[in-house]
Amino acid sequence: MKTIRAWQLAVLLAPAVLIYALFSALPLLDTLRLGFYTANDAGVRSFVGLDNYRTILFDPDWSAAFWNAMWNNVKFFCIHMALQNPIGLLLASLFSLKGLRGARTYRTLIFLPTLLSVVIIGFIWQLILSPLWGVSEKLLGFVGLADWFAPWLGQESTALVTLSLISVWQYVGIPMMLIYAALLAVPEEVLEAAHAEGASAMRIFWQIKLPLIYPTLGLVTILTFVANFNAFDLIYSVKGALAGPNYASDLLGTYFYRTFFGYQAQIGSPTMGAAVATLMFLVILGGVGAYFVLVQRRLTRYAM
Amino acid sequence: MQTEQKPGRFSRIPSFPSLPRRRLLAACALAFGLTGLAAAHVQAGTLTIESWRVDDLPLWQEVLIPAFQRSNPGITVKFSPTAPTEYDSSLAARLAGGTAGDLVACRPFDVSLSLYNKGHLEKLDGKPGMEFFAPAAKAAWQTDDGKDTFCMPMASVIHGFFYNTKIFKELNLEPPKTEAEFFKLLDTVKANGKYAPLVMGTAEQWESHQVLFTSIGPNYWKGEEGRKALIAGKARFTDPQFVAAWDYEARLGKYLPKGASAQTYSDSQNMFALGKGAVYPAGSWDIAYFNGKMDFAAFPPPVPKNGDACYISDHNDIGMGINKKSKNKDDAYKFLAWLGSQEFADLYTNKVTGFFSLSNHLISVKDPIAKQMMGWRKNCASTIRVNSQILNRGTPSMENEMWNVNAQVLNGKMSPQDAAAKIQSGFAKWYKPQQ
Repeated sequence: MKTIRAWQLAVLLAPAVLIYALFSALPLLDTLRLGFYTANDAGVRSFVGLDNYRTILFDPDWSAAFWNAMWNNVKFFCIHMALQNPIGLLLASLFSLKGLRGARTYRTLIFLPTLLSVVIIGFIWQLILSPLWGVSEKLLGFVGLADWFAPWLGQESTALVTLSLISVWQYVGIPMMLIYAALLAVPEEVLEAAHAEGASAMRIFWQIKLPLIYPTLGLVTILTFVANFNAFDLIYSVKGALAGPNYASDLLGTYFYRTFFGYQAQIGSPTMGAAVATLMFLVILGGVGAYFVLVQRRLTRYAM
Repeated sequence: MQTEQKPGRFSRIPSFPSLPRRRLLAACALAFGLTGLAAAHVQAGTLTIESWRVDDLPLWQEVLIPAFQRSNPGITVKFSPTAPTEYDSSLAARLAGGTAGDLVACRPFDVSLSLYNKGHLEKLDGKPGMEFFAPAAKAAWQTDDGKDTFCMPMASVIHGFFYNTKIFKELNLEPPKTEAEFFKLLDTVKANGKYAPLVMGTAEQWESHQVLFTSIGPNYWKGEEGRKALIAGKARFTDPQFVAAWDYEARLGKYLPKGASAQTYSDSQNMFALGKGAVYPAGSWDIAYFNGKMDFAAFPPPVPKNGDACYISDHNDIGMGINKKSKNKDDAYKFLAWLGSQEFADLYTNKVTGFFSLSNHLISVKDPIAKQMMGWRKNCASTIRVNSQILNRGTPSMENEMWNVNAQVLNGKMSPQDAAAKIQSGFAKWYKPQQ
């Protein structure tokens, strides 16, 4: 067997390392650096150390908005975890049942919204839920619930939940497909053996299939976490960057957008924006880190 | 033994490498070169205009640009607008990045001033065309000391209310003159139940402030007097004349359509155009949208009591500046000179209905509603939007806060006193004369 020489290794790794460094690592490092600077009216930057972070976390104006966005983001993530992934699991288990009629059609239909642009999704739902032109009030009327209708996207108490549900509706296809693929990979012999031993379908699911797909569930969780804490597009396309009413649907993503690019009369500040981006990065890094330490390590041990 | 290879699924497709590789490379290089040339060619005689007036695109393409080209053949002009809510921030980014257009539509006061201070805009004093504008018209695009002018004034907008003449006739209503009459009218429409009394939504928030609050407010804070007192630090938003404006707004909020909190600006436009509502808080730019769709007329914001002096929000709204990094400044100046001409003033006022030229050329306004609104200038004192000069400079941004606060007051989620307190505390945080 030939040994791989150092230069061969370098040549083989170079393209990936270069592209990754150029388009991912360097911008990230530069963002981290930019967060320590401030710019005056003429655009001249000067080093201020941790001042931007102090402003965001402790200045009453900034911190109230930051923690509001953070808290909303947590809610947004929890709704996804509570609904999107269990529903994905349920659907995937249903589709993996043998002899289910029309499974393919349903699978495609449920996956379809995932392929659509978020802007279109936002627009469709805005129309459906519009108190002026929307169909939802009429549809609720058919089952005698018209009085329950409210301008859900326009109320402080309901805007964020409504947007979360729209997002769950759109993305439920992804956990479904991932879990479905994992369920298909569960070895047939194991299931048959369990069946021959007289285990019920429920028991097979809870005690064999589910533990075997834990790594996939973990993956889905972490994907949801990262996607949710980077979420921006749906809120922006439905509520604009001010994430109204009264910032009720403000997420870290929209907060970052307003800070970095500015909005309407608010002039954007790239340096403050970089600080917010760094905080978002730290939140995600913390989440992913905690996941690896607390969950992933145990999962690999189980899988062995 | 060698097995015969079955024709694969893709075998019929002529294989790509059959083209000699060298020739392919040459073709690619040529293609690149040509695009480069084409790009260079486009740059030579082309002017790109940045603007937030997305609605005006057809007008620029069909009327204004051809008119300019008749007197300036050989210069191509491209109007490339960005959505209003995005405009300021994306323009700032593009100017900083050196990718912005040659001509830049200027918001009034601080937003453009900050662009000038950062060195993105040319100084325009004494340039051809500027002589046609009175100092008051230029004030929105000058440095605080009035020494440098950086945008050519284009147009102002006036705020008031539109009403559906058919509904008014049906319910036997008259345009109101005072606050009391206005509420009586709204009550009548509400009691009738067929129409929404006041067509407006708060989903996008900006209309709450820019269209309604700054339109009804000046009657309470006496226009320029109140605005200047804020700047001088002699008045506070928590003073009765300002709280009264929010009070009035809160009362108006009760006449909004059901579900107004999720109703967007275009929803409101649609709703009023379809004849589903009686009164519509308007900016004069709305005239063009409703023209030909329905019968309507306008009335100025009703005054608090009979005999009170009236004030209108007559806002210097749009100007035009030149990007300092433009590669085509000669043509840009030619264009600007044309913007100052009688021809442009006439075309803009009469074709972009509801935008009133700020130049001192004599123009006859043809649109009846536009003429009516412009006529208010004779009886009522003009003022600009309360926070657009100086008050928007600090953090928190008063403009964004105003959107939020006014939308909440209209929705009944915030009391007028709290609204005033919130704006005042944000203001006092950075503005010395208010501390």
